Amino acid sequence: MRKALMAAVAACGLLAASSAVQAQEKLKIGVMATLSGALTSGGEDGVRGLQLAAKQANNKIAGKDIEFIIAATDASPDSALRAARKLVEQDKVQIVIGPLSGSEGIAMRDYSKTVPNLVMVNGSSGALETTFINPSPNFFRFNSDGAQWMAGLGEYVLKDKGYKKLAVIAEDYSFPYTQVFGFALGYCKAGGQIAQRQWVPLGTKDFGSVIANIPDDVDAVFLGLGGGDAVNFLNQYSQTGGKAKFVGGSIMVDQTVLSSKGAAKRLLVGTPSSSGVADAWDDPKWVAFVKAYQDAFPADKRFASPSLFAANYYNAFNAVAKAMDKIGGDISDGGAKLRAELAKTELDAPNGRIKLDDNRHAIATTFITEVTELPNGELTNKFVKTVPDVPQTLGLSAEAFKAVGLPSRTNPDCKP
Amino acid sequence: MSDFIARRPVWSLIILIALGFFLLLVFTVWSPGMEAMLGRKRVFLSALFNGITLGALYFLVASGFTLIFGLMRNVNLAHGSLYLFGGYVGYSIGSLTGSWLLALIGAFIIVALAGVLMQVLLFRWMEGQDLRQTLVTIGVSIIAADLLLWGYGGDTFQVTTPDWLSGPVQLPFVVGLRSNGDAIMMTYPLVRIAILVGAIILGIAMWLALNRTRVGMLVRAGVDDRDMLSATGVRVQLVFVMVFAFGAGLAGLAGVVGGTFQSLQPGEDTKILLSSLVVVIVGGMGSIPGAAMGALIVGLAEQFGSVYMPTYAVMLTFIIMVAVLAVRPQGLAAVRR
Repeated sequence: MRKALMAAVAACGLLAASSAVQAQEKLKIGVMATLSGALTSGGEDGVRGLQLAAKQANNKIAGKDIEFIIAATDASPDSALRAARKLVEQDKVQIVIGPLSGSEGIAMRDYSKTVPNLVMVNGSSGALETTFINPSPNFFRFNSDGAQWMAGLGEYVLKDKGYKKLAVIAEDYSFPYTQVFGFALGYCKAGGQIAQRQWVPLGTKDFGSVIANIPDDVDAVFLGLGGGDAVNFLNQYSQTGGKAKFVGGSIMVDQTVLSSKGAAKRLLVGTPSSSGVADAWDDPKWVAFVKAYQDAFPADKRFASPSLFAANYYNAFNAVAKAMDKIGGDISDGGAKLRAELAKTELDAPNGRIKLDDNRHAIATTFITEVTELPNGELTNKFVKTVPDVPQTLGLSAEAFKAVGLPSRTNPDCKP
Repeated sequence: MSDFIARRPVWSLIILIALGFFLLLVFTVWSPGMEAMLGRKRVFLSALFNGITLGALYFLVASGFTLIFGLMRNVNLAHGSLYLFGGYVGYSIGSLTGSWLLALIGAFIIVALAGVLMQVLLFRWMEGQDLRQTLVTIGVSIIAADLLLWGYGGDTFQVTTPDWLSGPVQLPFVVGLRSNGDAIMMTYPLVRIAILVGAIILGIAMWLALNRTRVGMLVRAGVDDRDMLSATGVRVQLVFVMVFAFGAGLAGLAGVVGGTFQSLQPGEDTKILLSSLVVVIVGGMGSIPGAAMGALIVGLAEQFGSVYMPTYAVMLTFIIMVAVLAVRPQGLAAVRR
């Protein structure tokens, strides 16, 4: 028995050693994505975005073959920390693309400071604090945060849609705080009013009481939910026969929800929203990206068109690839050259030009959209307009923006 | 009943007053003062109904759990996995055949078979060894969770509600008055009411089966004294297998029900296991009326907690559990032996 055990251990050791030898020729890239929990569908599409980008690069970065090591998270900061530690300590990766969700991003900002040689390029997380408060020198974010994605939506909802009073239902963590923050800044300044905010835990199953608690006298309900929660909410809302109008957060009317099964998503038709992408934008680069995405995966293994997550992971990969090409793929210096190069990398991405600010955070385009039904029954986000080059401070001066405070359950206060 | 009033006049009075006040809350139109104190009536009523229907779901899961424990002294910590497994099986059958009832029946049968396998292959060999059984069930639940993640992925699934059960119905409760004096009636999802009615029917049927049939008599005798029962010549192992199958089947059925009015995803198994543990501890291990009582209390606590004190809602159920353990450790409905 003991002999067999020893033999097994020896065999495992050999296997591990041989895989280490092989891996030296390949460039290992760690990937973090939410592959369980409420945001699973988003995580899966993020990985698809990554695979698409790798395929277009012939699976090579700076001449080296690449290998993705995917670590699953569940949108909680501790799951992200576990995944990152596994990638760095066990798989010895030097480049990580991820994480996907807001509070994971904040955890990774702090974690990346403890591993100075690591180069971390954000996957899709969008909390404000990640790059705004004590930013980490080796954490790069090539996507806007939740507040930037809401730029211009408040004014549009108030002036063009005429919704003067809203109730908010959103998940209780950093990304929806940031979204409501960005939305309220524009909406309340333009004269809108938020009558009530309900914060539900991520992964809420039962929305019955939340739905009953929606006030009768509001013009619309702002929904800052995502993935499974969004689908759950819509299903239960349609069961109660409610008829409210909605305003969507960026991942509420994303393809992760619009491509879900069931009829309840039809409630979203006509919902205005804004995000870092617009499904039905007619820009040639975006159209080519959508086409490439549709061709790369069979129809039942993808969404009708790439979600925000797919686009963000796609851009993150391309940013790494572009910077690595410039420095000849040399990260033997602990990644110092790569970090310097990434900081000045500009992307001509499918969803508009992206450049980084001094906090290594994206200045990018925001799209205002509206959900419409296509003749074949699919739902899509009709393009309404763009708000180009939105900075993290949303056009305010740094001092004025700091004075507003950080996103939270109650900030900014929006009284008439 | 009159006996209770005679023995505890003060408590009876308090209970009667509370009941009267409660009925008043449910049936009258709330004055602005009451709304200021308790929030809008619609919210209160919907929390009440949601709590009761959630309790119905918990009852379905916990009754199987408590039955198995009562008879076999086996804390089956894989019960949550049976729930999730049933939900996924129901989802697959439902999307294949398009029939919700078939999904319900299919999940019951398949998960009951899984229960039979668990009893025959595992628990039979470690009868009376509580710790070992507990550890083995934890192991089974971890393996099952990974297998289900492998098979179905981490995504959220929802069992489609059949057309004849979807949509809202109007209930005869006034939630407010329109400005012209018309009463606004409460509307509520039909599917939740159907689930509640189904759970009540099932509960009564189980009570009747346990108290009025021969098989029920055997089960009760087994709960009281297993060794004596087998000494009288009853094939105890067969009773065990049947009870385990039925309990597991109920968990599977509950999985489909839970997948219909909520949703299914990895992690649901431990969540539902935790809830049913609390339910069974509050109600009393091994007692069906106790499971019903505990399920109702936990369901209502969760819903009222999430409405009136959202930040502490998670704690509320555990506070109740701690209180019950402190005051009546054998559970509310358990008989002292």
